[in-house]
Amino acid sequence: MSTASPTQPRANLSASGKKYARQKALRPYLVLAPSFLLTIGILIPFFVAIFYSFTDLTLRSPEYEMVGFKNFVDTFTNPDFWHSVGVTVRYAFFATAVEMVLGMFIALLLNHESAFSRFLRLILIFPLMIAPVIGALIWLLITNPTVGILRVPLGWIGLGDFRWSADPDWALFSLVIIDVWIYTPFVVILVLAGLRSLPKAPYEAALIDGGSAWFVYKNLTLPMLAPVLLIALVFRMMTSLQEFGIIFATTKGGPGDRTLSVAVASYNEAFPYYNLSGAIPMLLFLWFMIYVVCFILIGFWRKAQKAASGAV
Amino acid sequence: MDSNKGIFGLFGSILRNFVLFLYALFVLFPLIWMVILSLKPDEHMVTTTFIFSPTLENFRAVFGQEGFLRSLWNNLVVSSLAVGLSLVVGVPAAYALGRYQFKGREEIAFTFLSFRFVPEILIIIPLYLIYQKLGLIESVSGLVWVYQLISLPLLIWILRGFFEDISPDIEGAAQLDGYSWWQVFFKILLPMVKPGIVAATLLGFILCWNSFTFALQLGGASMQTSTVSTTRFLASDTVHYGWVAAAALLSSLPGVILALLIQKHLVRGLSFGAVKG
Repeated sequence: MSTASPTQPRANLSASGKKYARQKALRPYLVLAPSFLLTIGILIPFFVAIFYSFTDLTLRSPEYEMVGFKNFVDTFTNPDFWHSVGVTVRYAFFATAVEMVLGMFIALLLNHESAFSRFLRLILIFPLMIAPVIGALIWLLITNPTVGILRVPLGWIGLGDFRWSADPDWALFSLVIIDVWIYTPFVVILVLAGLRSLPKAPYEAALIDGGSAWFVYKNLTLPMLAPVLLIALVFRMMTSLQEFGIIFATTKGGPGDRTLSVAVASYNEAFPYYNLSGAIPMLLFLWFMIYVVCFILIGFWRKAQKAASGAV
Repeated sequence: MDSNKGIFGLFGSILRNFVLFLYALFVLFPLIWMVILSLKPDEHMVTTTFIFSPTLENFRAVFGQEGFLRSLWNNLVVSSLAVGLSLVVGVPAAYALGRYQFKGREEIAFTFLSFRFVPEILIIIPLYLIYQKLGLIESVSGLVWVYQLISLPLLIWILRGFFEDISPDIEGAAQLDGYSWWQVFFKILLPMVKPGIVAATLLGFILCWNSFTFALQLGGASMQTSTVSTTRFLASDTVHYGWVAAAALLSSLPGVILALLIQKHLVRGLSFGAVKG
């Protein structure tokens, strides 16, 4: 392996000879070692978890026996599990879709200089920097039937008794609103950064050609923004598929099992119900889902990046 | 770029500001309501909306609650130590990944990123048992260790981009001048990536401070962090909404204040360096 630093001053090579070069080739690995060891320590549990999924381990006793694929069969033949997968996918899909569309729209509106847009760009980051569980608590405070303020304006339009997350039909909707409140700013600030880095020349050309605003947006802005949008999408899918805090703090999966996502269901299985080994197949499935979705999106991102830099 | 101006004209600008105003209301109102409730005396909680005589009673009560102040302190200690540890091991790692061409570079970088794909509870289940055996359950070091999954990938990926931005010629020139590798690293490179280090450190701290699931299960009762203790206020039998609001306000302030300091780097940080703001 003769690869080392991209710039190797000639003087060094001739002076200290091969020993120096070998040292240099090893250096990146040595420098990376501490952080790798530290996180490998955390990766071990991941493999331990896979091992436990073939046992009947519970929190009640430290003893366990190997049970083969029983936990996997039990999980994947259980309709409750597929219900949770459905909840997770719906939650992630609706939250991400609203955040992407609203975030892009707000960013386009904010992409001009005025005192108001500067102010909004500043306050925008508040929800994003508050812990999602705390954000969920804040929403419980405004939607609360006794001390909440939202019942007042909702009363004007005849929805004074709207029960938000306590209403089985609207619980998921209420959670998605909280997610949208917290994470739309993430999309906005990413898209704003993307808009600011757009080259000016193609726009001037389009202006001369007399392209309509929609034409310019569809054929210029959108393709050039594609890399940024895809990055936002990767991060939003990644977090919303495994969202735990918002759901746990608001509904704990209820009413009934209406908002019981895979993350919350597996937490219940493992801790309140002590069934550690039974929870792991659910989580491995969730991990696999996140991994596949992100892997595909990152592939698109690489392509879009090439296209965007080549198109101009 | 203000390409909308000619097309929408005055009507467009009114419409734009109206939509933005609605969105600002959506963002701000829950926060304003939290502040209002935190200042409201218990007896006015249900009977009034905006007009009441403000009191600090809720904050006094929250601090009087056993463990709340302690949980803020716990969170400060755990999050600071976690980010500190990430800095020590992560800055050199980011340098190696940003600077050297070597076999497996992209794979290693991606491995660090892929920690974020693993659902936290999947890590917690085996870790809970391992920590019990090692005596790390409900301990500072246990949480600091698991928080590396939050702060280390973030730090490595942000700083990697900052190192990539420095021209390799600078390093080469310094070496020709007779500086050793360590001198080049500490005296020349580190000062150049300082803004990145500050931003990554603060953002890492915020994400650790805000994390919930790890602390909920591995911190237990004796290493409760403020995110966990704040949710407990709502779970108690007689809910004092003023207390919930005060506790929520106190535990969200540090993150918001720190975020204002690194506003410029937030885009780059939150996208793990993928989008350069």
